[in-house]
Amino acid sequence: MKNNREISMAGSVAAAGVALGALAFGAFLSRRHDGGSDDAPKNARRKNHGEHALVGRTVTIRKPAAELYAYWRDFGNLPEFMENVERITEEGGTKGRANWTIKAPAGTTVDLTTEVTDDVENNRIAWASVEGSDIETTGEVTFTEAPGDRGTRVSLRIEYDAPGGAIGRGIAKAFLREPEVQARHDLKRFKMLMETGEIATSAHRKSETRKAKQQENG
Amino acid sequence: MRALTWHGTHDVRVDTVPDPEIINPRDAILKITSTAICGSDLHLYDGVIPGVLPGDVLGHEFMGEVVETGKDSTLKKGQRVVVPFTISCGGCFHCQIKQYSACENSNPAEKQDMSATLYGHPMAALFGYSHLTGGYSGGQAEYVRVPFSDVGPIVIPDHLEDEKVLFLSDILPTGWMGAENADIQPDDTVAVWGCGPVGLFAIQSAIIMGASKVIAIDHYPHRLELAKKLGAEVINFKTTEVREALMEMSGGIGVDAVIDAVGMESHGFAVDNMLDMVKQTVGMGADRAAALKQAILAVRTGGRVSIPGVYGGMTDKFPLGALMEKGLQVRAGQTHVQRYTKPLLDKIEDGTIDTTFLISHRLPLEDAARGYKNFREEQDSWTKVVLKPGLEMEKAA
Ligand SMILES: NC(=O)c1ccc[n+]([C@@H]2O[C@H](COP(=O)([O-])OP(=O)(O)OC[C@H]3O[C@@H](n4cnc5c(N)ncnc54)[C@H](O)[C@@H]3O)[C@@H](O)[C@H]2O)c1
Ligand SMILES: [Zn+2]
Ligand SMILES: [Zn+2]
Repeated sequence: MKNNREISMAGSVAAAGVALGALAFGAFLSRRHDGGSDDAPKNARRKNHGEHALVGRTVTIRKPAAELYAYWRDFGNLPEFMENVERITEEGGTKGRANWTIKAPAGTTVDLTTEVTDDVENNRIAWASVEGSDIETTGEVTFTEAPGDRGTRVSLRIEYDAPGGAIGRGIAKAFLREPEVQARHDLKRFKMLMETGEIATSAHRKSETRKAKQQENG
Repeated sequence: MRALTWHGTHDVRVDTVPDPEIINPRDAILKITSTAICGSDLHLYDGVIPGVLPGDVLGHEFMGEVVETGKDSTLKKGQRVVVPFTISCGGCFHCQIKQYSACENSNPAEKQDMSATLYGHPMAALFGYSHLTGGYSGGQAEYVRVPFSDVGPIVIPDHLEDEKVLFLSDILPTGWMGAENADIQPDDTVAVWGCGPVGLFAIQSAIIMGASKVIAIDHYPHRLELAKKLGAEVINFKTTEVREALMEMSGGIGVDAVIDAVGMESHGFAVDNMLDMVKQTVGMGADRAAALKQAILAVRTGGRVSIPGVYGGMTDKFPLGALMEKGLQVRAGQTHVQRYTKPLLDKIEDGTIDTTFLISHRLPLEDAARGYKNFREEQDSWTKVVLKPGLEMEKAA
């Protein structure tokens, strides 16, 4: 029952999306490769990275930068809104080492260790994976003041490089699966959590929530 | 619990489904006392809105008694509340500027993509509608989970019975905002297409706002009769040339503002090719698209166009030239319900507004499927159906 519902949902979403978007998307993708020089952030360029992916997104959150920065700087908080991150444990130390366990398909996980590479209070946090991680990645989040009382503009930028070899490519494929969608959703959930104190769900019962499903699968 | 569930086009049933639970801290659970079927539900019933799944519980016009509260809800057990059909967080940019139906935080993140693809921006969540707008279970049920219960629901004083206040959930504010969006001035002649619940409340609102004349357009005699009772002059589009009549009735100037309370059954959404679908469809669907086009041609130069009627896709042969060359102003949207509940409750309490004239049928929830069928097929006499979970089958009117 559950599966049928999900499949038919995907079907109708895809159908309407295709009907409306096919033409526009075709043109859009074919121009993604072009370079460009304007004021837009790099992640908005029309280009394709192959096994290198750069994803990014900006949201405006009606909260002061200090509050948002403080929440994010505690990496242990991130799994609250990052869907495929199972847990992050902080080792501490001057380099802010943290161990990430990220869910991959078929019950496997991707493990990595990151260090904080830049930390400007209330403004920017950047991190990078260290040697020995399953995947090479760097990320940064910036917090800048929005006009008037609109709060803070939060930009998330993440780059991934697929590790070598067939296994590496397999991991990459799984991990890089729609990274743009993932980043977008994660950031939206962060916004919800900060602005409303909770993450919106249309679940009818506790057993249908994202958390319950994560526990069930994990 | 028992609930009205969607199974396909023209197939809704009252099924037993699990009771809702409190999930987030700001949630509340209501025991439904009254709920209504809306013209928007007919779009789902006719299968023209995408993203509705078999088993979904419908219903976005409802009220009830608070039976459970999350730790951050401001409601108290036992309170009677009416709930806006738009789900709004109260804390985002749009909620802060009172554009509640554009709330950024109510539609779950993973459900925002489809409407973002269709419209360029994601939609806020609505109760009991499509998964495009969140897929939240609706209120045509015995119980409902209400998120952000500290923002939307309005507490109703005991002396006001359900039927006087139920429509604060949707159609009363929708009619009101439809009139407000027409920016009515004292000497205005205003024309309203559609004398369904939304149109009738728009007429009532336009009169309260001081329009010098309101002209109502429909083809159902009984619905036109109701419009007349509210103080409108009426045009039956089956027997009268609407545009010619409007020109004559506005002294050759054209009506100052037009309100489209018909809406369009978005055939454009049905899977394959929206344009072909519209072109192929003769009869209701295409006729309905004609109401807005007719309104745009009928309104005077420099006039105002208000669109409370629901559209979801695209339309062919839209009179864009008339819109630009006549310098029209257009305002539309799902209603920002939370903006209007308190002022309209006051107007109900002081007797300025009556909503009960609209109700033609009261049915037990168990009989909801018949309510849908007749609200669609017997539009003239079935003007508004109220469902009561507690009502016994045999006592039904
Ligand atoms: N904007 C919002 O937030 C909001 C909220 C509620 C309902 N709605 C929409 O408002 C619309 C009306 O809702 P309702 O409950 O009154 O629906 P309804 O179906 O009961 O009424 C529609 C009326 O329009 C009439 N009509 C059809 N074609 C016409 C034409 N060419 N000219 C004149 N009249 C015509 C019909 O005879 C009918 O009486 C629907 O599209 C509904 O989805 C919008
Ligand atoms: Zn409605
Ligand atoms: Zn909001």
